[in-house]
This record gives sequence, structure tokens and C-alpha cells, in this order.
Amino acid sequence: MKYFCIFYMTAAAIILLAISSCKNQRRDTIVSLGTKNGVLYFGNQTEPEDLDPHIVTGVPEFHILQSLFEGLVTPDPRDLHPLPGAAHSWDISEDNLVYTFHLRSEATWSNGEMVKASDFVFSFQRILSPRLGSEYAYMLYCIDNAEKYHKGALKDFARVGARAKDDTTLIIRLGSPTPYFMSLIMHDSWYPVHPPTILKFGNIDSRGTRWTRPENFTGNGAFKLADWQINKIINVVKRADYWDAQNVKLNGINFYPIENNQTEERMFRNDELHVTTNLPLQKIDWYKNNAPHLLHIDPYLGTYYYICNINRPPLNNKKLRKALALAIDRKSLTDDILKGGQIPAGSFTPPNTAGYLFDPVVTFDTIEARKILSETGFKSGDSLPPISVLYNTSESHHIIAQAIQQMWKRYLGINVTLVNQEWKVYLASKTKKEYDIARMGWIGDYNDPNSFLDLWLTGGGNNNTGWSSPTYDSLVKQASKSADQVERFRLFSQAESIFLDELPAIPIYFYTNVYLLKPSVKGWYSNILNMHNYKHLYLE
Amino acid sequence: MVRFILKRIFFETIPSLIVIATITFFLIRLAPGGPFSTEKSISPEVLTQLNAFYGLDKHLFTQYLTYMARIITFDFGPSFKYPGRTVTELIAESFPVSLELGVYALCIAIVSGILAGLIAASKPSSLRDYLTMSISMGGICIPTFVMGPLLVLLFSLILGWFPVSGWNTFSNRILPSITLGMVYIAYIARLTRGGLLDTMVQDYIRTARAKGLPERLILIRHALRGALLPVLSFLGPAAAGLITGSFVVETIFSIPGLGRFFVAAAFNRDYTMIMGTVVFYAFIMISFNTIVDVLTALVNPRLRSSLR
Amino acid sequence: MKKNGTYSRGTSLMRDALRRFVRNRLSVTGCIVLLFIITLCLAAPLLTPYTYDYQNLSSGATPPGAQHLLGTDILGRDLFTRILYGGRVSFAVGLCATLVSVLIGVAWGAIAGWYGGKTDTIMMRFVDIAYAFPFTIFVIILMVFFERSLLLLFIAIGAVEWLTMARIVRGQVMALRHQEFVDAAIGLGLRQHQILLRHILPNIIGPVIVYATLTIPAIMLLEAFLSYLGLGVQPPSSSWGILIREGTESMETYPWLLIFPAVVLSLTLFSLNFIGDGLRDALDPRSSRE
Repeated sequence: MKYFCIFYMTAAAIILLAISSCKNQRRDTIVSLGTKNGVLYFGNQTEPEDLDPHIVTGVPEFHILQSLFEGLVTPDPRDLHPLPGAAHSWDISEDNLVYTFHLRSEATWSNGEMVKASDFVFSFQRILSPRLGSEYAYMLYCIDNAEKYHKGALKDFARVGARAKDDTTLIIRLGSPTPYFMSLIMHDSWYPVHPPTILKFGNIDSRGTRWTRPENFTGNGAFKLADWQINKIINVVKRADYWDAQNVKLNGINFYPIENNQTEERMFRNDELHVTTNLPLQKIDWYKNNAPHLLHIDPYLGTYYYICNINRPPLNNKKLRKALALAIDRKSLTDDILKGGQIPAGSFTPPNTAGYLFDPVVTFDTIEARKILSETGFKSGDSLPPISVLYNTSESHHIIAQAIQQMWKRYLGINVTLVNQEWKVYLASKTKKEYDIARMGWIGDYNDPNSFLDLWLTGGGNNNTGWSSPTYDSLVKQASKSADQVERFRLFSQAESIFLDELPAIPIYFYTNVYLLKPSVKGWYSNILNMHNYKHLYLE
Repeated sequence: MVRFILKRIFFETIPSLIVIATITFFLIRLAPGGPFSTEKSISPEVLTQLNAFYGLDKHLFTQYLTYMARIITFDFGPSFKYPGRTVTELIAESFPVSLELGVYALCIAIVSGILAGLIAASKPSSLRDYLTMSISMGGICIPTFVMGPLLVLLFSLILGWFPVSGWNTFSNRILPSITLGMVYIAYIARLTRGGLLDTMVQDYIRTARAKGLPERLILIRHALRGALLPVLSFLGPAAAGLITGSFVVETIFSIPGLGRFFVAAAFNRDYTMIMGTVVFYAFIMISFNTIVDVLTALVNPRLRSSLR
Repeated sequence: MKKNGTYSRGTSLMRDALRRFVRNRLSVTGCIVLLFIITLCLAAPLLTPYTYDYQNLSSGATPPGAQHLLGTDILGRDLFTRILYGGRVSFAVGLCATLVSVLIGVAWGAIAGWYGGKTDTIMMRFVDIAYAFPFTIFVIILMVFFERSLLLLFIAIGAVEWLTMARIVRGQVMALRHQEFVDAAIGLGLRQHQILLRHILPNIIGPVIVYATLTIPAIMLLEAFLSYLGLGVQPPSSSWGILIREGTESMETYPWLLIFPAVVLSLTLFSLNFIGDGLRDALDPRSSRE
């Protein structure tokens, strides 16, 4: 009995000590040290797949690449208009087909060599090489003959419209006018790579070579890759020989791959991160009430929607789709559940995408919804064939799905079943069109309505609904070729009206970016592409 | 014993590994979705190129033969998810982390588990017994994914003793090790207690009692040996699982260990990575089971003959 | 009543066991608590005015109060109701899957341990192989070929949970095989399966019960992972595992969403373990010698 008592008393003493000892006088927290040393601690969600700008596809990768590379132009952090980058100026021909970029002679690679126009041409050739298998090669299809080269129809790259006139002059010839060209080239697929480095570790079209390792890496950005430990940290440090080094205030950035967003939030709270990628929705209210100065909610260029399988009854019935769309109380979803400032979506393209505005037409109207449902021929919800809603198991999808399920039941008397699938299974079901209704989200690649509306072209790779409309196709194609902005937007509006009348996809809400940011980070502006050029940031 | 181990390696371990690799190789292809399916669908041209690059366009059986020929040289190929890395490299980089974490957790679990079992069994059906067992059960009542955040809340965010996550200093190791170890404490404590109660009624214990040995000595020196048998059988697979990492704990504490790859590789349909982790885990597990079989025989003299 | 000697001896053994079990106050308490929880779950529709999927979006998560005994979740659903309905699933899965895993595990382990040699080698290597196979992939593949159903859930869980049981039982049986009473039984000319059933199995009941009672909560939580993969319970239905998993996400903001399901699960677990201990003591053939 004696030993037993001693054992438990010691344990109790330790616990008491733990609880009674007041909060330790903390020395410098990680973040305050970082602020002092000019190092930004960045919560970056997942381990990057690679750091090759022509291979990667994800947002976390893009966060890192932005520090390591510099495109021809860089986005202004406030409104994303193109600022000079590797090119100090550019001319556009009368017919909007030829863009001439004048590169800086003082811009260098991290190994000291000059960034030449031919490096860009090499990079374009690389990403368009069929064998590289780059998933974002289509971002360069606006260049004359680029699509043909990428698809193997054209073997000679000299016939593709990219040419280095001399070391500092890059001429890009387009196949047809592309009004959003300047925002297109800010995408990471347009970043240059250093040809000798690529060729040292493989061919121009070799995938997954060792050139992206810290000891081999060559970039032209304001920072260089110093350390990369898988699933632990990626550290970039300021380059002293970067052409604009005197304006770069950060000394370095630590990117942490924190997959669990609850962990990320706790790290932020414990002063281990300056900025997070997102915030779990359960925590939004707490920050709103207790620390609103840390909470950031930025509009984001993305739409959350449900797609309908047009080939399968009963969703081949346009009126039924319409009734379903009208019976979703979007405002309740965004205000009561998501709480992250999301905007109820009454149209497909997010409002103010590059200045494009479309009046919301899909509203919440239960009376109208019931009226339309009665016109479908289905007397009550019960006489409908079974409908299932497919979603992938993650984040808030199941919450949204349950809420919508309840709304349809309550307002229309329609019972739908929910089917959740693991991510890749869900993708496969969607591609094979084995679903009735499926949840989807789309984030624009570039700031233009085209990035949203070309989704629904007949046979488009991401149009998994089976919907097709020749009028819609011709309107969107016409708009993407037109150089006149007003005319384009008019065509886009017409196309979008057709789409929203047919409703192969039911828009639900427009995304926002909800994240946490320490007030010590200065020069951080919100923008719809969530691009934050680290060059302009400083810590205080 | 040496003969036993050699026999185990050449006639049992290696064939088992081949069977595991074969079954896994073919079954993972049955799972819907491939390594390259993403939210934004890839154009068919790109998909063809990718499949050609990784040899996925060849006949499945050809792929299998190529693959098996390759893993004999411990080359598990490049990862599909991380194109710049090989599977061997990923395992080599992350296994030491999981191993370290697993060893700490294992020590915590074995020491506290056996101690709790001893305390409880020394006076069965007493307050001491119930209290000790109830506490040790905490690790099962509160699952890892709750325990981790709870510990972080108390010790990191409220008391400020340890960092929330990471894997840099020793203070990073404490909370994850406890979280991971807690689950196993209950199993070990209960199996130890049960085993002790079973052995305490055996004849040789009566003999020892009759000789007038103190109860505590009987418990530790005589009974514990026999009582550890079920614990050992449990520990074989458990230890293999522990040192190859836990997905939940590594994700909660953001630890760069191997455990994350087991689940992530399956989700990513990273075929080569799945194969690598499965074969690696199978190897560790079979080795541990062999060790356990040897230990079991050493603990129990009657079983020595099985070592031949 | 039969005159057969073995039979009547058997009933008296059972009666003995029952008497011993009832005398154990703690395990009886465990039984009462467990029965109470099960009754609550089964009588759910009578106990609560809400349905498990009735939402009140505008109210959102509310703390426990007069209207909602245990509060509501973020969709404004009554937590008490959801715990009761979730309990049905968790009990069904926990108990049935454990039973399946015990039956397979004990049979497999006992045969491997008893016969030893080649049989043992092959059977145990099979266990190793099954251990190593990636469970996530296994479940995903299961769902491709079969309709999702509760039966499939039992198969998926049973397929992994019996493995450790088999190893434990095998170790025990191997140890017992060389004991005097077994030699005696062999000497008496008893058949192998008779020895296994009559003499070996009663002696390994201890670790089996201990491990089985620990398996139940593990299975209840595993079920949550399986429903993440799309197998098992589909929203808006729920289970304790899912409630706890979701509760963890909001444990700081809406703590009641974690605390109540966790308390119910813990209560169940403790009851099961006390019952397990009682059973173990009651069924142990050696304890009657005392």
C-alpha cells in the first residue's frame, strides 16, 4: 500500500505543479525572432510535389515558386495589374498579336549568369515538349502554333511564335488576339528555367530530375532555395545579387507544410507562424469575436457549385434542375455555416472578374421553385426516381451537402441520398459520369471570365455534365478572340445567360480566402488570386 | 537458434515479402483513379505521355516483372506524387524520424503499462486495481486524434512548455511520444494484469509461496515472466506499427515521419510509394514477429524446442 | 434432463460461473450501465422530440440548455438525439465486428498454435501478409466491387481486427500445449479437437476477453475512418466515432460536441471492461480450484 500511495502522490504532485505554475515567462517567441531577423514563417498546407515550375500544379507549390522565380511581369499586390518583372517594358503591336518584351540586362540567375531572352524561349519549348507531360502546358496555347507543337503535330519549335531577337528582346507572336494575355503570363507555367541547369541533369523534356534540389537549384527570383527537408521545411533566403535587391526587405521565408489546418491554427496561436493558408470554419467565429485584427477574409476567384448529370434521368429535366437551384437558401449556407464571408452565387463567374459583372439570376425562391417543380410532371418529390449527391470526404463538403439535402426535403419534398467518396474515387466517378449530382469547385487560373466560361464548352475536359450548346460554344469562342473588352463582356454575358437558364451546374457560393495573419507582416494586400509578391513584404 | 532465424529469413520472410508485393501490386490497380487524376482533368495527350514516361502503358504483367526485378536491388523507383524523389529516398529520409518517435512511445507504453499491470495485479479487485486500470484506460477512451490536440492545448497553448508542432529539439518529441504511447498503455497494462492473474494461480507460484518468498518478489521474479506472453504476442505487430509511424500523430504534430506516407500514398494512388511502404512495413513486421517468437521461447522454457 | 455426465457437469460449471459473475459488484454495475445505454439508444424515438437530421441552420451550435439537453451541432441538430441514434450504429458495429474478429482470431490462432510446424508457419505468414496489406486500399477496392452495406463494414473491420487476436491466441496455445494437463489428456487418448475445445480454449479465455473488450472501442473509432472512405454510415446518420471525430474539430469553440460523445463512449468502454474482467474471473477454470 505504501508504494502505491507514493506512486499516486508523486503523480498528483506533478499534475498540481503543472496546473499551478503560471504561464511561463516566454522568451522570444518564434515569430518575434523571425520578425527581428526578417524571416517570414509561412504555413503552406502540403509538401510541394516538386519545385519545377513546369511540372507542379498546386497552390502550395505556387506560394514557394513565387519567391524563387520571376516572370516577365509580376502582379501588383493590390490589383494584380502587370508590373515590370524580368522585362522592364513591353510593346504590343496594333493587331494585338505580337508582344515584344525588353528584358533587363541586369537581371541574373542565382548563379550569376544573365537572364536572357533565349532562356525564356527554352522554357516555353520545355513546357510545351510533349514528353515532359506538363499539365499546365495549355496555359501557353495562346502562342502561335504552341498547341500543335505540344500535341505533336508540329515537330519544329522554330515555327512556334516565341523568338529571342537578341539577349534582351523577346518576341511572342499569338495565334489570335488574347486580351487577357498579360494576366496569363503571370502564371507559374510562364516562369523561365535556367537551360544549362536543366540540361546538366537531363534533357529538355526530362521529368523529375535532380535540378530542383537545393544544391542544384537555379532561379531568377528575389530569393534562392537554401534548404528543403521533406514534410518539414523549405527555406528560401534573399539573393544579394537580385537586380532589385535593395527593395527586398525580407531576409528569408520558411515554408512549413502543415497538412492539418487545426495544427496550423494552433501554431499560429502559439506564435510559430506569421501567416496561415486557411482557417477551420469552426474557429472563424472565435476570431471574429476575439481577435478580428488577425482574421483576414479576402474574396477569391473561385466558385463552389453542384454539377448535374444531364444524361441521366431525372436530372435531364431542365425544370427539375431549376427547381433544385431555386430551393437552396444560399445566404443561410454562407452566413450560418461557412461564416467566412462567402458570397451566395447567383451566377457562375465570380463578380468583378477582371471587371466583368453579371447580375445574379439564380436566387432563393421557394414559391417559384415549387411552381416549377409542379410543371415538371413529377407530382410530388416522392414520385421522382432516386437522386444521389456525390461529394468527396473533406472539409466542409459534407456539412454543405447535409444542409442542402435538408433544404430540398423541406422546400420541395425531394429526398436525396448523400454519397461520399474518397478523393480519387470521386474524381473517377465524376469523369465516368457515374453520378446524379456532384459537388465541384473551380478556381480561375487567370483573372478573366474566360477562365470560368470555357469550362462548359462542348466536350471540355472539365465539363463532366454532358451538357452541350452550340450557341454557347460559339459565343464563348467569339468572346475569347475579340480584342474589344466591352464586346467581349457582352458576349460572355449572353453565354452565361444561356448557361444559367439551362443550369447544368447549380452555382452555390463564391469562395473567399480565410486565413490568419500577424499584424507584424506589412505590405500584405488582399487580391482575388491570393498572390502576395514577397518582394514587397516586410516585417516590423 | 541461429538455424531457426536463418530458416525464418530464407524460407519464410522472403517468400512472404514476394507474396505481399505481388498481391499489392495487382490489387492497387483495381482501385478507381490513377496517380495522375486531378481536380482539373488532364488532357488525353498529357496523360498518354505521363503513362509512357512511367511505363504504365505497358502490359500489367510486364510492369510487374520489371518492378520485381527492380526491387531485388532495393530500387523502388520514382514516386508518382513527388516526381523529383525516389521512394527509397523518401523512406530513408522519413523512417529515422518515425523510428525515434516510435521507440520513445514504445518505452513509455511498456514501462507504464507493465508497471500499471503489476500495481493492479498485486491486489486484485481493490481500489488500487480499479484506479490504476481506469487511468491506464484513458489512452483508449480518448482516441489519439483527441488526445494530441488536448495535450497541445494544455502543455503548449496554456502552459507554454512545449512547441505546438515540429521536429527540431527534444521538447518537440515529448507530446507526440506521450500521445502515441498512451494508446498502448491500456493494452499492455490490461494484458499484463490478466496474465499475472492467470499465472498467480499456477502451481509453481504456489511452490514459491510455500517456500515463503515475499509476495512482491514472486510477482516480479516468477509470475511476470509467464504473464508477459500475451503482451509479447501483442507487441510484435504493435511495435512494428509504432516504429513505422502513425499517420494521425504525425499529422497532428506535423512530424516529417514515414507514417504520413502510408495513408497519403494510398490516397494519392502513388503506386510505387504504396509498394515501397508496404514491402518495407511487411519486412519490419515480419522481423518483429520473428523476434517475438524467439523471445517467447526464451521466456517460456517449454517452448525452446520450437526454435529448432 | 440428460443423464450424460459431461453435460450435467457443464451446466454446473456454467452455474458456478454465473454465481461468481453476479457476486462481482463491479461487473454487475457495468452490465447495468451498458444495458441502460443500450436501452436509451433503442428507445431514442420515445426520448427525444427531434429527429437525428432535423436542422436549424440559423441557430447553429448552441450549448446545452433546456431546449436541447446536450446542445446542438453546427447545423443546429440536437446532439442528444444524434448520440442516441449514433449509438445504435456504434453498438451494432462494435459488438458484431468484435464477435467476428474473436471467432476468426481464436480459431485461426488456436489451430496454428496447436498443430505447429508447417501448418503454423503457413497460417502465421498469412497473418503477416494480411497485416502488411494497405488497409485504405483494401477498403476502397471492397467498395468498388460490392454495394456499400453494414455487412461490408463488418467484413472490412473483421479483416483487420482478428489478426492480433490470432497472434495472441497462438502464443497462448503454444505455451499450453506443453503443459502436463495436456500431456495427460493426450495420454488418456482424447481426440485433438476435444482437447483443443475442452482443455485449451477455457484456459486462454483470459487474454481473449481482455483483448476483445479493448477491441470494441478501437472498432467504434475505426468505423469513423471507414465512413471517411465512404464505407459505413452516411450522413446525415452518424455514429459515436464520427461524432467524436467531428467534435474534435470544434473542441475549443463548441466543447460539448466532443465532451458528450466522448463521455458516452468512455462509459461504455469502462462498463465493457468491467464486464470483461468479471467474465474472465467467472469463466476461468482455475479460479474454481481456490
